Amino acid sequence: MAANETSADRSSRGRSTFWTLIVAAWIALAGYAVLYVAPMEKTMGIIQRIFYFHVPSFWTAFIAIGVTTYSCIAYIATRSPKWDWLSVSSGEVGVLFLTIGLITGPIWAKPVWGVWWAWDARTTSTFFLWAMYVTYLLLRTLLDEPGWRALLSAVFGVFACLVAPFVYFSIWWFRTQHPQPVIGDGGYLDPTMGKVLLFCWGATLALYVLVVRERYQLEELRAEVDGLRMEAERRGL
Amino acid sequence: MLASVPARRRFSAIFFAADLPYVVKPPSISSGFSIQFEGIEKRYGMRLALRGLSLRVAPGEFVALVGANGSGKTTLLRIAAQLIRPSAGTIRVSGKGDENPLAIRARTGMIAHASFLYEELTAEENLHFFARLYDLPQAPEACEAALERVALDARARDLVRTFSRGMRQRLSLARAMMIAPRLLLLDEPATGLDPEGQSWLGGELAKMHGDGCTILMSTHGRNEVQSAVTRAVRLQAGAVAEDSGERGDFRAVLAGSVAEN
Amino acid sequence: MSLGRAASLILAKELRIELRSRELVSTTLVFVLLVLVLFSFTFDPTTAESHRFGPGLLWLGILFAGSLMLQPSFVREKVNDTLSALRMAPIDPFAVLLGKLAANALFLFLVELILLPIFVALYNLPILPILARLLLVLSLGTIGLATTGTVFSAIAAHARLRELLLPLLLFPVVAPLLIASTEATVSLFSPQPQLDPVWLVFLVAFDAVFLTAAWVFGEYLFEE
Repeated sequence: MAANETSADRSSRGRSTFWTLIVAAWIALAGYAVLYVAPMEKTMGIIQRIFYFHVPSFWTAFIAIGVTTYSCIAYIATRSPKWDWLSVSSGEVGVLFLTIGLITGPIWAKPVWGVWWAWDARTTSTFFLWAMYVTYLLLRTLLDEPGWRALLSAVFGVFACLVAPFVYFSIWWFRTQHPQPVIGDGGYLDPTMGKVLLFCWGATLALYVLVVRERYQLEELRAEVDGLRMEAERRGL
Repeated sequence: MLASVPARRRFSAIFFAADLPYVVKPPSISSGFSIQFEGIEKRYGMRLALRGLSLRVAPGEFVALVGANGSGKTTLLRIAAQLIRPSAGTIRVSGKGDENPLAIRARTGMIAHASFLYEELTAEENLHFFARLYDLPQAPEACEAALERVALDARARDLVRTFSRGMRQRLSLARAMMIAPRLLLLDEPATGLDPEGQSWLGGELAKMHGDGCTILMSTHGRNEVQSAVTRAVRLQAGAVAEDSGERGDFRAVLAGSVAEN
Repeated sequence: MSLGRAASLILAKELRIELRSRELVSTTLVFVLLVLVLFSFTFDPTTAESHRFGPGLLWLGILFAGSLMLQPSFVREKVNDTLSALRMAPIDPFAVLLGKLAANALFLFLVELILLPIFVALYNLPILPILARLLLVLSLGTIGLATTGTVFSAIAAHARLRELLLPLLLFPVVAPLLIASTEATVSLFSPQPQLDPVWLVFLVAFDAVFLTAAWVFGEYLFEE
């Protein structure tokens, strides 16, 4: 395989490695910032530092979902496979970040508030969001024919995004009607903390872009292989 | 399809360069529809059912589509019926008057292996339902006439569930004929019919051909249904392999396909 | 032919078929009854709290019933390929989905109507003063369930494991509807019954948004 690699492939691999190194460095720097630059939080102690990855994970997940929704609509309108590749890539990474957020949440909550899961409005709604996008991915595995897989999962993706605001509102309003002991959120954000938070968000976004690009290229390659197989079939090879 | 979704098309044209395969052409003179397939391609996953198929069917022609199983006959017919959307290429169906894809569907009939009938409804109810769906004027009379024409008026009140294969085929034809089609698509209509049934069907098709209806029929082997055919096209691996043309020797093409089968 | 007329024709056809076989409504009804009785074993329906828990169980029962009943709706059209016959007809592509959706909503609503007196008897809840408002909440919730359920059953019809897939697709999306309907029903059954305006508007908005989404994206569900 190395013998047939063109110089374009080599330079593309080179670029890929370069960006991977950049993102890795960014994440490492973010880790350093979280541990040493950010001030110690008064009440929660060192466990609070998980917040610097917990929150950006969710922000990036929402962006991922936005991108997925846009590319689902674009696929339905244009039927160009590129949009389907983007949908699945962004969808998978979105689920990944949602999972990270949903796991770091309880890790943070247990030592601080004594419970793993608080059933408060935000976490419950986010759990539903996670369930919907996992379902999106599951739906794709259950649809065998690529044309239908792309089209039907795109329709489901749009419906999932449409229902998200309803999920958040209904659970929030439900909680307002049936309040439970309030679990403190800690409103104040020290400026240095704010800067570290944004830096970490940048790191997660960079990671998002990197992984989506790689995943997209994987889908593209798969489609190319399928196309070549079809061409071979057409020529009777 | 186009006329019913202008808003959506405008939306997609603005944001993403959309491209829909169905095109409407201005009216032509004769009464049957004409069809023009241009570079039609249909992909199912890794399988290419149709590849770069181009074919022109003039108004009033009775074309037999022949070819081995899997050569793309059913796919082509379903594309003509506006059921399947091609992966690439365009199809133009044009007829008399100011027509749009909906109007063309209103005068396109199809008969396939599936009967397109509801098992839990009677023959009469099935026809009434479709007659109203197709907005036929004087629907009850049209249904009655259609049932008489296929000699099923005695069984009009019976559930389709109780019908034999031949009776379903007849009712299916009634459903297609009722709308006075200008284009009739048939997918191997002779299967399951005895020779008497086949020659009856051949006679009905000859009558419709005489009325000027364009007929596109996929068929297997030699049988009585082909009596009024004027042209034969052989498909192979999703493309046109042989075409007897408007005045050519269609019997040779038909015979050739029989030999290969 | 207008969308409404085509959809009504299809709805009429669905009703006629169901009237003849009566299979969907009867099996759904029995199933929901079983579910309600089973639920009563998980808590005591005679306590004063039943007006708080009862409606939730009612809606859960309706949800389970719906997710089972919605599936056959499109699978039935595969027999004799009648779905293609509908798609070939000169009607708005959305008419097929709308007709089926309306039929599903009606069947579900019929099941709920038959269920209501039984539910009220089992859980000892006062119904007459709030009947009209309760029917309103029931119909809004049912329309939402039927809309999403019909769209997703059209999606699941193409996939493997469709019996498992439909509830999987449906439950997260229908959760807000369930919350809203249950809360609205609970406030109707409370000692001072009132129709909560927030949930009411929510239900109307949900139905409107998803009916519109079904209209925009519906035809792609049947494409080949």
